[in-house]
Amino acid sequence: MLNQHKRCPAHVLAAVVVAVSATLLLAGCGGGGGSTPDEVVLVTHDSFAVSKGVKAAFERESGLKLRILQGGDANEMLNRALLTAGDPQGDVIFGIDDSILSRALDGDLLEEYRSPELSALQPDFSSPDPHVTPIDHGEVCLNYDRAWFASHRIPPPRALSDLVKARYHDLLVVENPVTSSPGLAFLLATVATFGDRWQAYWRALRANGVLAVDGWEEAYTQEFSGAAGSPGKRPIVVSYASSPAAEVIFASKPPATAPTVAVEDGCYRQVEYAGVLEGARNEKGAKELIDFMLSRRFQADVPGSMFVYPVRQGVPLPEEFVKHALVPKHPLSLPAAEIDANRDRWLAAWTDVVVR
Amino acid sequence: MDRRRRALTPAQRAARAATVAIPVAFLAVFFAWPLGAILHRSLVDGSLDLPVDVLTASSTREIAWFTFWQATVSTVLTLLAGLPLAWALARFSFRGRSLVEALVLVPFVLPTIVVATAFLALLPDGVERSIWAILLAHVFFNVAVVVRVVGAFWAGLDERLWDAAASLGAGPGQRQLRLTVPLLAPALASAASIVFLFCFTSFGVIVVLGGIRYSTLETEIYNQAARFFDLRTAAALALLQLAAVAAVVVVSGRLERRLGGARRPGRSAPGPTGRRRVAVYGIVLTSVALLLLPPIALVLRSLRVGDGYGLDHFASLFDETPALLVTPWHAVLNSLLFATAAALIALAVGIPAAFAVARGTRGVDALLMLPLGASAVMLGFGFLLAFADPPLDLRSSVAIVPLAQALVATPFVVRSLAPALRARDPRLPDAAAVLGASPARVRREIELPLLARPLAVAASLAFAVAVGEFGATVFVAQADRPTVPVAIFRFLGRPGADNVGSAMALCVVLMALVTVVALVSQRALARGAR
Repeated sequence: MLNQHKRCPAHVLAAVVVAVSATLLLAGCGGGGGSTPDEVVLVTHDSFAVSKGVKAAFERESGLKLRILQGGDANEMLNRALLTAGDPQGDVIFGIDDSILSRALDGDLLEEYRSPELSALQPDFSSPDPHVTPIDHGEVCLNYDRAWFASHRIPPPRALSDLVKARYHDLLVVENPVTSSPGLAFLLATVATFGDRWQAYWRALRANGVLAVDGWEEAYTQEFSGAAGSPGKRPIVVSYASSPAAEVIFASKPPATAPTVAVEDGCYRQVEYAGVLEGARNEKGAKELIDFMLSRRFQADVPGSMFVYPVRQGVPLPEEFVKHALVPKHPLSLPAAEIDANRDRWLAAWTDVVVR
Repeated sequence: MDRRRRALTPAQRAARAATVAIPVAFLAVFFAWPLGAILHRSLVDGSLDLPVDVLTASSTREIAWFTFWQATVSTVLTLLAGLPLAWALARFSFRGRSLVEALVLVPFVLPTIVVATAFLALLPDGVERSIWAILLAHVFFNVAVVVRVVGAFWAGLDERLWDAAASLGAGPGQRQLRLTVPLLAPALASAASIVFLFCFTSFGVIVVLGGIRYSTLETEIYNQAARFFDLRTAAALALLQLAAVAAVVVVSGRLERRLGGARRPGRSAPGPTGRRRVAVYGIVLTSVALLLLPPIALVLRSLRVGDGYGLDHFASLFDETPALLVTPWHAVLNSLLFATAAALIALAVGIPAAFAVARGTRGVDALLMLPLGASAVMLGFGFLLAFADPPLDLRSSVAIVPLAQALVATPFVVRSLAPALRARDPRLPDAAAVLGASPARVRREIELPLLARPLAVAASLAFAVAVGEFGATVFVAQADRPTVPVAIFRFLGRPGADNVGSAMALCVVLMALVTVVALVSQRALARGAR
């Protein structure tokens, strides 16, 4: 009996080699690469999400399997797509926003496609560049911790210009615009608000103790005091208009009022676009997927799964959004061409003012 | 000399060739080719465009210098922190020893963002987002490497040498300096070079705990490649980093060449007595307490529900969530599956390589270390370019996940096995043969028992590295097959208490997973060797 437990190294080695070769072979055959006509591949960013039922509905109606490849934020996703331009990893790319749109359009990355569903969109969105289709919009806004301001008897900030006041010293945490997409949107909001004086504004923010961190995760879940379970001490953060609703939906016991508040002034609009990738293996499936993303069903799912707002007309928002989230009436934005012409210069200037 | 006596049979010669060919082929396909593809794309535009200006820029010099010194200091601190525990675990047996050995692995597998959260909660104000936070976190992450790599080797050293030195009049200080350090040199160099490479190429710790003021070569390559899409600058920095890594590997290889002491098998370690008892228990308890502080903070957070405590976050791992396409529980299964496959691949490549290294073919070891020092993002980009077409259309297949993880895990297999293989006393098998044992019996009853412990170390380290791997996995994993670290990342990327709770619960599951696998592999191999 004892002998059966014994293995000599050579046998172990042989067994391992066989096992691994088998694994590789199986994976190689089963996982098979690229998209074949019975599937459509969506290339997207880390924040993409869709309800299981909605994904299943697309697969049932189109007869195509939907495969989703995620990696990095919107900017990193676009760079990966640019790297593989002409021989893409998938058929559709989703998550290109205004701040990187012109780079996508310059890169010969996308094929023209005008979805018949465009006519059903809100007027703000219904005539995009022919290479891209708008799918959702979200607004980057200041959020503050309701309880903190109540207990400290300090009025919460109402406008960007408030943040340089002495009573908000050491209270604000923002994301590095070089490494974070909401961070970039907030920088663009200050450019849109203050014009040529935006650097002076940031100098004043720095003097007033602004903390800049690498990304949204660190800012919101670690430094912001208003996020549930956060060890953070700063009561003002750059996040999204929808974040207060998320705090209610994902609370252990949903509170009557949201613990955080989004500030109307200084909200910057990000529109997210989808496009058919040049060289897609399943071009027809890609167009079907984009049409589906504009359908009532997908659009109604967008707030609950990605915490952004639909672009289609007449799609109702979930109850928590109506009650707790902000839908900014006059969000800021800058033309894509202006962003593209100045982005690198602005980022370098920001780094000089805030980091160095 | 002993080897020249017998001519090798063709089968033996083929086996020897295979020990070199397997690892070299693996590296050629999954490392050299993709890296070559991205470097070619970045630097050759019609003709070769050497990025000399990038390399001579003063910003590059500053970044390279910071990268080097923080890695050096981190490595020294990690060795100092790990050696006492390695000594206690290697030289003495006591109740709970294998549990401690398994627990040491826990920090090693925790995703950076999770440890950073725990550290930020534990560290006093002013220390967070500073160089101290970076150094502390590097020690915390890497102490397992020192304890396990040095410990496995130390356990095999003949303790009578110290008794002999003592009876010849050498004092305790002299015994450490003149005996312990030279004897341990190969394992020390081995562990130190792994730790150095990890700190040299560290990414998450730098960006999360260091704040935005610190950048290393690795973080700068990432910025240039993934964010600014300046491939030329990224490639120049990646080449610089790779050259530095190669230099470290060569230097540490020199150090390791100094021979280790004779090994004495078959005797289990004694229980500590007298003053040593106090020292051993003191060291073990202090180290374990420090190592467990951040994990305990995580466990407490995972149990926190509203204002009280409960298991709600663990129960919700079985529910669907908008953060993932599958339930979190599936991520646990994926992790088990991928990490097992990765560990098997790492063993299949690493075991032959370790035999080759032990025989003196050191180049294999140096080559296998290179992926540890290569920029993850450049290798990831290389995968996208190289594995786009049949028959290796891997970039959108699930097989890419364990392969990428194995690339990082293989050096640990080699490093755990090679020192033990090299230090085998050649007289033992010979003596057994003289006494009439068949070659098979020699292998079974002499060699395998000696290797059981390092094999267990190798298997559990490979699994731990694979299961905790994040940088490469998040780059290649598909949305419907997330691993646990990827799922944690997705949960932390969304606001709301339940998402944070699920992330913390998954961290606890990940820690438990590694502890159990490490314990089981130790037990199983110990039994197989008996």
